[in-house]
Amino acid sequence: FPGLADVSISQDIPVEGEITVPVGSHSPDEDYSTLDEPVKDTIMRDLKAVGKKFVHVMYPRKSSALLRDWDLWGPLVLCVSLALMLQGGSADSKDDGGPQFAEVFVIIWFGAVVITLNSKLLGGTISFFQSLCVLGYCVLPLTVAMLVCRLVLLAGVGTVSFIIRLIVVGAMFGWSTLASTAFLADSQPPNRKALVVYPIFLFYFVISWMILTFTPQ
Amino acid sequence: VGPGRAGPRAAAGPGRAGADAVSAPAQGGGSAVIDMENMDDTSGSSFEDMGEMHQRMKEEEEEEAEGEAGAGEEEDGEFLGMKGLRGQLGRQVADQMWQVGKRQASRAFSLYANIDILRPYFDVEPVQVRARLLESMIPVKMINFPQKIAGELYGPLMLVFTLVAILLHGMKTSDTIIREGTLMGTAIGTCFGYWLGVSSFMYFLAYLCNAQITMVQMLSLLGYGLFGHCITLFVTYNIHFHSLFYIFWLVVGGLSTLRMVAVLVSRTVGHTQRLILCGTLAALHMLFLLYLHFAYHKVVEGILDTLEGPNMPPFQRVARDIPVVSNAVLNTTAKAIALTL
Repeated sequence: FPGLADVSISQDIPVEGEITVPVGSHSPDEDYSTLDEPVKDTIMRDLKAVGKKFVHVMYPRKSSALLRDWDLWGPLVLCVSLALMLQGGSADSKDDGGPQFAEVFVIIWFGAVVITLNSKLLGGTISFFQSLCVLGYCVLPLTVAMLVCRLVLLAGVGTVSFIIRLIVVGAMFGWSTLASTAFLADSQPPNRKALVVYPIFLFYFVISWMILTFTPQ
Repeated sequence: VGPGRAGPRAAAGPGRAGADAVSAPAQGGGSAVIDMENMDDTSGSSFEDMGEMHQRMKEEEEEEAEGEAGAGEEEDGEFLGMKGLRGQLGRQVADQMWQVGKRQASRAFSLYANIDILRPYFDVEPVQVRARLLESMIPVKMINFPQKIAGELYGPLMLVFTLVAILLHGMKTSDTIIREGTLMGTAIGTCFGYWLGVSSFMYFLAYLCNAQITMVQMLSLLGYGLFGHCITLFVTYNIHFHSLFYIFWLVVGGLSTLRMVAVLVSRTVGHTQRLILCGTLAALHMLFLLYLHFAYHKVVEGILDTLEGPNMPPFQRVARDIPVVSNAVLNTTAKAIALTL
């Protein structure tokens, strides 16, 4: 305001007014309180959230809790446990089991990223991490199947055990695909659901195949 | 609070507006009337400061929306008065540079990492995908009229992933051992390498031979041509007859190759160019199928060869639980090969 350079306020005229400042800063208090709570509370809260999501996966209903507050703890735990259990199943005993672990990790995370990108490109309304969260959590039935397979393999390797494992893995594969489809296909336009379901089907099929062809050393 | 407060407000820089205004009366002795003499009036006019104050408030709102990381230090700064001015100026400059840098980075990110660039290529219906899959096995008859190629990437991408899955199955069934790397890495590398590499090479050749085809169309054409590969490998990785494989190779592979070749021919002018393009594509396509079958079955043949020998190699004992049917087939194939040797 160059033209008004010589304007000044005389001191006889008091300047009055009111300032209402919205004191909306509750966050420092919140940080203060969650920072100060015992570690057990923090861990239990996170564990409860993860456990609730596991329940949602096992009984897939149309609830948005899995989508609303996503977290990647569950998928990480499942992925690591599946990779550990699938380790050492290679035919050559000179193989040190390292590539198996890396393979499972890469397949799960790379596959989940590709499916997410695909569903976003097809016009989905779900966000990147929400989709990763759902796909990761829906690996739970397959992890359970892996556990069962290992127990069955302890009993022996034969046609009967193969048939049992085939049935178990097949059922869990179907469960995984249905659970993740229940969450992910809703975010798509209705006539394109098949386009989104196919990659999910392929993804869980590859994981199921790895579980089924696992033989311990 | 009038313009008299503009002095320290401008010097304070972006900070919490709320804490600022609330704390001011305490500093000024509880009254809203401010003595101009005590002010740090670095600029000539109070109205200029007013303008700057407005600017600061606007930037503050933006910053508060994003985060208040620097708020703490700004609050400390505003009480320093004259001494803190140089620090304030430095902080403002740094802050402005940060804003500019952030804006540039987010613009670059939204330009290059924008997934929406690929969105038009995924705009398909399931019916269309199914139709195109079936069409990829039917050679066209009209080669004098340029055939339409749909520039779509969903179908080819899904076919490549399916091929990866089938290859993985084949490698595990034949007990392929990869030392420097993983099975998955090899499968993905092979399939994607073929799809992207051969597409690029053919696009380059098409450019040399003046064919009317774009890169996306070439990717799409080659991708759909992998449908024949998927079918052939899916069948022959489970039923290990060599003659069956050769029949499938010729019939199924040949059909999909013929279709691709016909489409390319319809878009090229000149006999030599047509010959070059189609010969290269046919050779690469058929040889790839041959490679996929034999590279991952050699180990099976190795086992079968030694089955007749007296000593059993170690990995024989950890035979996988392949279904009983294919075991019988394996034995039959073994006997057939042993007879021919």
